[in-house]
Amino acid sequence: MNLYKYASPVTFYPLAGKLIPWFAALAVVFGLVGLYLGLIVAPEDAQQGQVYRIIFIHVPTAWVGMVVYLVMAAYGVAALTLKTRLSSMMMEALAPTGALFTALALLTGALWGKPTWGTYWIWDARMTSTLILLFLYIGYIALIHAIEDKKRADKAGALLVIVGSVNVPIIYFSVRWWNTLHQGASVSATGSKMATVMAQGMLIMALACWMYAIAVVLARVRAIILERQYQGANEILGFEIAGTEMTGTEMVGTK
Amino acid sequence: MSIAEFFSMGGRGFYVWSSFGAVAVAMVIEMILVKKRTTAATQLKKTVEETRK
Repeated sequence: MNLYKYASPVTFYPLAGKLIPWFAALAVVFGLVGLYLGLIVAPEDAQQGQVYRIIFIHVPTAWVGMVVYLVMAAYGVAALTLKTRLSSMMMEALAPTGALFTALALLTGALWGKPTWGTYWIWDARMTSTLILLFLYIGYIALIHAIEDKKRADKAGALLVIVGSVNVPIIYFSVRWWNTLHQGASVSATGSKMATVMAQGMLIMALACWMYAIAVVLARVRAIILERQYQGANEILGFEIAGTEMTGTEMVGTK
Repeated sequence: MSIAEFFSMGGRGFYVWSSFGAVAVAMVIEMILVKKRTTAATQLKKTVEETRK
């Protein structure tokens, strides 16, 4: 398979359009099953009571927030080395969703922290590093919009995201490296500390968030492909129209 | 579990439902914004193609 073919915006645009309904449908199905498992089937937590159910949305949003950043960094490397046009467009499409999920992870975490720890916020290593992740997303978005030359904006943005990716392992390992108020990982590659139905509910909710994120990013990248293809053309045409109008008035003047 | 118990979430209903509600609202807003951006981009394409004719 020729991967470069799909790295071209022209071929990717219709492909993305075909994929969106499937990811959206999967998001709805996983969302309904996940909510059913998390809110109804899963039993009350022995230590935290009912409020622990926030993890069914908190953990998935945090995962999406972190992984979207790594995907952006991978596209950043592709944008700088392979110079594929789609990579920069994908970065631009991913950033708002990544920022949103990171903000939601912080918000749902605060809503869990208040009843569980007695505080909405504390400068704990995991929470502080997640806040930095949000700032990196916002920084990237601000940076690419601050530079007028699109090519230079993309390069600068890619560089910022790649350098900032050092923060992701810091977030992930923060609960191990430092003595944090935030609890340790409930699920890891080697197994889960939670009851089976709780872990299943959380994983299915994570899948729902993933499917939603993919669908919305594909929809956004389609808009970006059109914007980039026609924005430049529109400006040139704008000058042409302005030019014709001027000759028009000159002609009136000569009469 | 009764309906009232379900919504009260052991007296922590505010925290639980705010969390799930915030995510739902955020997703709806994001979808509306993407839809708007798509409409604007499609309009831009139309304008350019019509002016070129």
